[in-house]
Amino acid sequence: MPVAMIITAPGINCDLELAEAFALAGADPRSVHLNALMEEPALLDEADLVGLPGGFSYGDAVAAGRIMAHLMRATLYEALAGALRRGVPMIAPCNGFQVAAQVGLLPGPVPGMDWPPSAPAPSVALAQNTSARFNDRWVRMRVPSNTRCIWTRGLDMATDAAVIPIAHGEGRFMADEEALHGLEDAGQVALRYAPDDNPNGSVGDVMGICDASGLVLGLMPHPERYTRWTQHPFWTRLPDADRVGDPPGLRMFKAAVEHVCDRSTRSSTCAS
Amino acid sequence: MAVHRIEVRPTTDAGDPRGDAARRQAESAGLSQLPSRIDTTSVYLVEGDLDEAAVRRLADEVLADPVTEQATIGAAPAAADALIEVHPLPGVMDPDAQAVELAVERLLGTAVQVVTGRRYDLHGVDADAARKLVDRCLANTVIHGIHGSPWHPEAFESGHAHDMEGADVLLSDLDDAGLERLSRDAHLFLDLPEMQAIQEHYLGQGRDPRAIELETLAQTWSEHCVHKTLKATIRYSGPLPDGERPGWERHDDGSVTVHNLLKSTIAQVTRDLMDDGIDWCLSVFVDNAGIIAFDDEHAVCFKCETHNHPSAIEPYGGAATGIGGCIRDIMGTGLSARPVAATDVFCVGNLDMKDVPAGCLQPRRVLGEVVRGIRDYGNRMGIPTLNGSIWFDDDYVGNPLVFCGCVGVMPRDAVAGDPEPGDRIIAVGGRTGRDGIHGATFSSAELTDTHADEFAHAVQIGNPVTEKMALDAILEARDAEEGCLFSAITDCGAGGFSSAVGEMGEHLGAVVQLDQAPLKYEGLTPEEIWISEAQERMVLAVPPGNVEAVAAICDRHGAEWCDLGVFGSDDCQLVLRYGDHEVGRLDMDFLHGGLPSATREATWTPPPTAGAGTTEVDLESQLLRLLASGNIASKGCVIHQYDHEVQGRSVLRPLVGPLGSAPGDAAVITPVRGSSRGLAIGSGLATGLAADPRLMAICAIDECVRNLVCVGADPQRIAILDNFCWSGVQDAKSLGALVRCAEGCHDGAMAYRTPFISGKDSLNNQFTTDDGRTIRIPPTLLISGFGIVPDIATCVTMDAKEAGNQLVLVGLTRGVLGGSQVLGMVPDAAGSHVLPDDPCEVGPQRASGVHRAITEGLLRSAHDCSEGGLLVAAAEMAFGGDLGLELDPEAVAGHGDLVACCFSEEPARYLLEVPEDAMDQLTGVLGDLPWTVVGRFVQPRRLCVGDVAWSIDDLRSAWLGGLEI
Repeated sequence: MPVAMIITAPGINCDLELAEAFALAGADPRSVHLNALMEEPALLDEADLVGLPGGFSYGDAVAAGRIMAHLMRATLYEALAGALRRGVPMIAPCNGFQVAAQVGLLPGPVPGMDWPPSAPAPSVALAQNTSARFNDRWVRMRVPSNTRCIWTRGLDMATDAAVIPIAHGEGRFMADEEALHGLEDAGQVALRYAPDDNPNGSVGDVMGICDASGLVLGLMPHPERYTRWTQHPFWTRLPDADRVGDPPGLRMFKAAVEHVCDRSTRSSTCAS
Repeated sequence: MAVHRIEVRPTTDAGDPRGDAARRQAESAGLSQLPSRIDTTSVYLVEGDLDEAAVRRLADEVLADPVTEQATIGAAPAAADALIEVHPLPGVMDPDAQAVELAVERLLGTAVQVVTGRRYDLHGVDADAARKLVDRCLANTVIHGIHGSPWHPEAFESGHAHDMEGADVLLSDLDDAGLERLSRDAHLFLDLPEMQAIQEHYLGQGRDPRAIELETLAQTWSEHCVHKTLKATIRYSGPLPDGERPGWERHDDGSVTVHNLLKSTIAQVTRDLMDDGIDWCLSVFVDNAGIIAFDDEHAVCFKCETHNHPSAIEPYGGAATGIGGCIRDIMGTGLSARPVAATDVFCVGNLDMKDVPAGCLQPRRVLGEVVRGIRDYGNRMGIPTLNGSIWFDDDYVGNPLVFCGCVGVMPRDAVAGDPEPGDRIIAVGGRTGRDGIHGATFSSAELTDTHADEFAHAVQIGNPVTEKMALDAILEARDAEEGCLFSAITDCGAGGFSSAVGEMGEHLGAVVQLDQAPLKYEGLTPEEIWISEAQERMVLAVPPGNVEAVAAICDRHGAEWCDLGVFGSDDCQLVLRYGDHEVGRLDMDFLHGGLPSATREATWTPPPTAGAGTTEVDLESQLLRLLASGNIASKGCVIHQYDHEVQGRSVLRPLVGPLGSAPGDAAVITPVRGSSRGLAIGSGLATGLAADPRLMAICAIDECVRNLVCVGADPQRIAILDNFCWSGVQDAKSLGALVRCAEGCHDGAMAYRTPFISGKDSLNNQFTTDDGRTIRIPPTLLISGFGIVPDIATCVTMDAKEAGNQLVLVGLTRGVLGGSQVLGMVPDAAGSHVLPDDPCEVGPQRASGVHRAITEGLLRSAHDCSEGGLLVAAAEMAFGGDLGLELDPEAVAGHGDLVACCFSEEPARYLLEVPEDAMDQLTGVLGDLPWTVVGRFVQPRRLCVGDVAWSIDDLRSAWLGGLEI
């Protein structure tokens, strides 16, 4: 079974449901505390997949994800870049996205370029919601047809099931126009809010982006909270026709686990 | 060492949502002079040995985001007409500062001290107007320093090491007046007989008490900690049920002496139910929360606390530490439970209240900040806030009520723990500071217009990350492979270490080394360390052999811990030491058994039978007014600020329906991951019936049960909690009402077979204004409940599902308006104003009938009729499902008046949506219960009652727009 390494830290609080989502998708989730990982970055070598969970790392002091990102930039960037060169998919919902953007993992190098030797300066940001309020609700999502994201490719569905929960105060995706167009053209926009359902003022209705390899997905919503139909916000009235197969949240995790298992080099991890 | 000042502000492109929100807040506060714009800046003051390059690096790399922010070293020149800067006062928790200190130490290798702040540049107002705005909306002088220019001190204030000699308090010579004065001046809030008992005890010892001993007694004997009123002996005159009750002594004059009200009513009903076949209560009234069985391997526990007095003075911190404390109760239940859901109920003045008395905060501000406090703490702890309500009444202006509840799940073998002699006293979590001193005794005080100054020290700001780290460490220690590493655990709540160690060591004694507690800053006296109620601290009893393992787990999570001493001492004494000095010594026997029991007088006279009104109520406009009224309108603006999805356990949330725009009756979660067994969480509050507190209690239980049953809970598996909030109970009438209410709790719980498993009371909720007026809160009883949902697949929500389905009313409507919302809005409304009938006889069978209908899959939706009555409930179902509804006026009215029957709030009534083809089966399931088809859902999106019609969109808009904060 592929190992999904979930990095916890003080204030991280979505690690258990992230572990559950990986387990439901057929991976073996293992939690590792940031303090232990910073002491021994080589622990990441065990990982076939990586999860940066949501929460309020270090209380989101200064800004969401700021302190955790700086600790990781200083100690773990190299190990994370190494894992990405190995082809390890990573998912970073909510606080994870805020961390990943500030570590410099997202949007990452332009297509065709390798990860730089040290953490690049952040080029996109998750700023405070325009409402200046924490906002918890379900939103409708769209998957750009050109996305190269291995987590969301082929996820498009045009039913009431195509919703996903958000819960954040700092989720307004910010990038300058050029950077935004660059991401759009390169297929690095992994998910968008439905145009009339943008909850935080994100530019281009961007809900999530991936790196050029499509392996790293950072997204504000929580797919790990939508792995069973009884988690849908109005499942008690959802027509059976819409409840086909797995809910979209679980499908993302399954797509990544399948991606890992399909790669010939690591097929042994999936044998069991 | 120099203090460096760094400012961080958003770039123009990024906008300033915080500034925009501050302006909106000023607008809704109704200030006469409004700024055209507010710019906000985060300020960091950093004291430490940093060179210029390091400060620049800190500013650019850590404090400012390179994409959206810019940093300034020092202070940027004023850019607007007025400038105000707000910083936490010295000693006030500054969570962001702690995190920055940690980051600087890790990144630059330098230890620094940080103070954060916020600068506001206000355009279009002068300095006076700016200051007024900040005072009204953005800062509270209880915890904030407010500056008119950029603040840049040369050095931070710091404490100094304390001389540990504790002083004796000269008690032996005091007369009664002197004892009373001492009690008030030293904030002990003990009454004369209690002070006399202490005096006598120390006379017997041949010495005066030391301050630390007196403080310990005051904390332990506080209303907050021992519920002395509810446990007191009460001589009650008033109507009583027939028959005997343990603890009751009847007198010839018809009065009764109640020995321990709590025991003879609320605890008694649980005992009786447990004797009568209820075998799923695992721990009741003895621990920090009540525990019931969930499945064969797991138990669930529930606790609800109030945090009223602190929330009156500093609503943000008061509410946040309220939920923080309640979560710690769950962490400190048995051998610790995992918190999986939170609840919150607030009672505040009307948001547009005029003439708010001096010393009270505006209700709008109170509510806004209370919500912010719950949000910031609950969300950061990763606990979904899933159920709650808000009740508005101007008599809550001086004493807003903040009820915080928390539900936990634990393995069944972890439901109890006991410290062993020799166990080390291990404290885990936050450091001890001077904050929160006298919180327990403060809760026994009556508030006045000057309380904010006098009790500022009882107010605190929480740091949820510290609590989360402690939680992670404690659960890992509980679930260790070799078995739980500790033998008992409790939280530091009211009274701090004094209560936690005092309670855990009640039967063993303890020797406490106070100098071992890590402090937030120098200068605390041993008394202060002992009674500080600093947040986020847990106390564990750890066998000496496990201390190392517990320590290693704490270290891994970054949770601070210390070894405070040992449980067990000769003669069961509580021995307090500081360095080599003994600073206090108390008999556990006297501490826990010495509280004198006074006899209090209580009377209750039934209210005169209400008459009838004559003003015709206009059905059409009244429904819209009710939907838009605070008690009924959507709480969406609050609910959306809470994370109700975190942990991924949520099955039913507070808002339901395809548009998420209808009020669910109760929440459902799956406490055990992967299991299809659910737990419904709900509440009942029937403050409208306060004229008869017994009826109020029964109807609150009825409402709680109905809420839970409507989503699929099994009424045979519901446990409930009581939270009394009362005005001063020195008054015999007020205490009589409390007795009457406790009676109702007994009778209601017995009828519905819902055992009480935990409870809490908050008395003395009255406020004396500067002109000597006393504002008493309405008698308030919150019933919280949780119930087992055998299979979540059977869950039902209240939003209408399909046109063509029938709407069935279970129960009868007489059309009495007593206690209803409509009567609050139209005091002379036509119809009888008598209170509804007690539902004890009929309610339980109806609950069972509805549950059977749900388990047999006959219902598409179910909703209880509560505030606003049948018509409001029916409208909510229709707009919740975005469907039309045709109500049959004759069926709704029965033999009564149509309008009165639409708005009557008689209890024990349900509305059910039933497909045509299930009606026969439903008839069989409901059997003899009274039920009527009152309408039919239809495709055209209109609600019709005979000739009167509303568009569904208008109804929904009224409901959605009624409450904005």
